[in-house]
Amino acid sequence: MAKDVKPRVKVPKTAAVGDAVTLKTLISHKMESGQRKDKEGNLIPRSIINRFTCDFNGENVIDVTMEPAISTNPYFEFEAVVPEAGEFKFTWYDDDGSVYETAKSIKVG
Amino acid sequence: MKLTRRDAIALGAGAVVVAALPVHAMAPGDEQIAAFTGGADIAEGGVTLNAPEIAENGNTVPIEVSADGAAEIMVLALGNPTPPVATFKFGPLSASRSASTRIRLAQTQDILAVAKMEDGSFAKATATVKVTIGGCGG
Repeated sequence: MAKDVKPRVKVPKTAAVGDAVTLKTLISHKMESGQRKDKEGNLIPRSIINRFTCDFNGENVIDVTMEPAISTNPYFEFEAVVPEAGEFKFTWYDDDGSVYETAKSIKVG
Repeated sequence: MKLTRRDAIALGAGAVVVAALPVHAMAPGDEQIAAFTGGADIAEGGVTLNAPEIAENGNTVPIEVSADGAAEIMVLALGNPTPPVATFKFGPLSASRSASTRIRLAQTQDILAVAKMEDGSFAKATATVKVTIGGCGG
């Protein structure tokens, strides 16, 4: 289940203090909706990432509750304020209990 | 127990009534909206929902929601087997209250975005997307 899951994020290297930066995230995941059937007509059980969060130095930027209607390889784009140099932490929570994490640091100046 | 023809007809009629009830009681998405707003009034406007007019592939339809001063935005696809799509909660370090993602749409339908503002009021926006190939497999 938790195989081949590779998070990718795009964060600018530097920003001015108080600036808004655009963050883009993509994670490879099949996001099985639980609606599809296999060749024998059996329902394929749901297996999705159900939550995504982004924090900067411990403060929350965005917290997304995800449902099966989110496409395969979930993509999110949003904006964050950068009050100081630090690290963005991105976390995805899988239905099967797995947690995928990645972090990117940003400098100010 | 022996099932007579009369019993079978009575059972069938009962099943039809039961099946029809939820459809009449609630439009798709009403339940989620009620849970989200707690029954509060929802104003039109103040929310932007960007979605393509025509989506050739329902498996991945790009959408963008934004609402100034929103604390949370919930997105519903009213024609999907399960209407909820996602709920975005914006934290203290969120810059513009906007987010984009890609969603699945089973058929041509309306998408609804409901925003909960920081002052506790609610606003909504809808967009109709024509879907050429549905995105729920099957």
